[in-house]
Amino acid sequence: MCKDCGCSVTLPKYLPLVQPLLERNDVEARHNRAHFDAHGVLAVNLMSAPGSGKTLLLEATVRTLREQLPCAVIEGDLETDNDAARIRRHGVPAVQITTGSACHLNAHMVHEALHELALDGLSLVFIENVGNLVCPASFALGAHRDVVLVSVTEGDDKPAKYPVMFRQADLVLVTKGDLLGVVDDFDVSKIERQVRELGNPAPVLTLSARTGAGLPGWLDWLREEAALRRSATEPAVAASGTAG
Amino acid sequence: MHELAICQALLGEVGRVAREQRAERVAAVRVRCGALAGVERGLLERAYEVARSGTLAEDAILTIEESPVRVYCPRCGSESEATPQRLLCGACGDWRTKVVSGEELLLMSVELVSTAGARSEARI
Repeated sequence: MCKDCGCSVTLPKYLPLVQPLLERNDVEARHNRAHFDAHGVLAVNLMSAPGSGKTLLLEATVRTLREQLPCAVIEGDLETDNDAARIRRHGVPAVQITTGSACHLNAHMVHEALHELALDGLSLVFIENVGNLVCPASFALGAHRDVVLVSVTEGDDKPAKYPVMFRQADLVLVTKGDLLGVVDDFDVSKIERQVRELGNPAPVLTLSARTGAGLPGWLDWLREEAALRRSATEPAVAASGTAG
Repeated sequence: MHELAICQALLGEVGRVAREQRAERVAAVRVRCGALAGVERGLLERAYEVARSGTLAEDAILTIEESPVRVYCPRCGSESEATPQRLLCGACGDWRTKVVSGEELLLMSVELVSTAGARSEARI
């Protein structure tokens, strides 16, 4: 009520907040991260446009790694569970998140998926995001590393077109490398230059999940990251192991 | 089009604050959005028109303030303006910069309307 004349006008109360707009998602992402950390598990969020070859790469990856690094996959897809079925064929657990019309995964969806996934004994969890180079960039999931794929057939201007996505990548993978001979105007060095122009030191690796060329570099990166994660989250275990 | 999801998160936060403050409705919402936040201002405004109906913020004016992209260069120590596609140091051209502004997606403030206790705290 107005204090001067006693009329019935109410003045709005101004309340400064300055808080992240996606606070709830961020809180849930931190919760997911704590869950991974408690199990010494490395979580990797794979993002790309639709059809860049995320699932094919995961199939090739888990086939080689599953003996050394027990892994599991959380699959995001708009409608089907095709991708999870492809992963399970290799004897690796896969949880499907069907997002319906949602164009990205959020931390809550990953949290729900984690209820269906036993992390005990695992070293590595891949989260295959919905194929989209825009929306997934805005939603933290709690993964330790973001890997962004760009296939040779998409063209070599993607980092400049999708800066929000590519500047947060910890690793950029140029996929379908076996087609470089056919798509001869795709310049891998241009991808790397654009990633640097985004202030991002992430390595850029070229590979082909179909032929296996370039896969060792990617697998080494995963092994190193998983080892770092284990030593970072289990200092007590590592120390007692050395002492014993 | 993730702006609707962002908008629902925004209205969720605004609603929570309004209920905490026992407000009857929300008069205004102010958001700060950087060019590197991955949110299109126009789409956010349109999503807001749809998403706010039936909430305490049904009649609230949304103001979106943009924050410029600025980078700091640890090599030469200068701070400069940049664009989302080129985050290079404006002084020495080095790429190993740190973004100091332009990533924000913040709920800056709300204006709440209540029948009791509003007058003394208006515009602090």
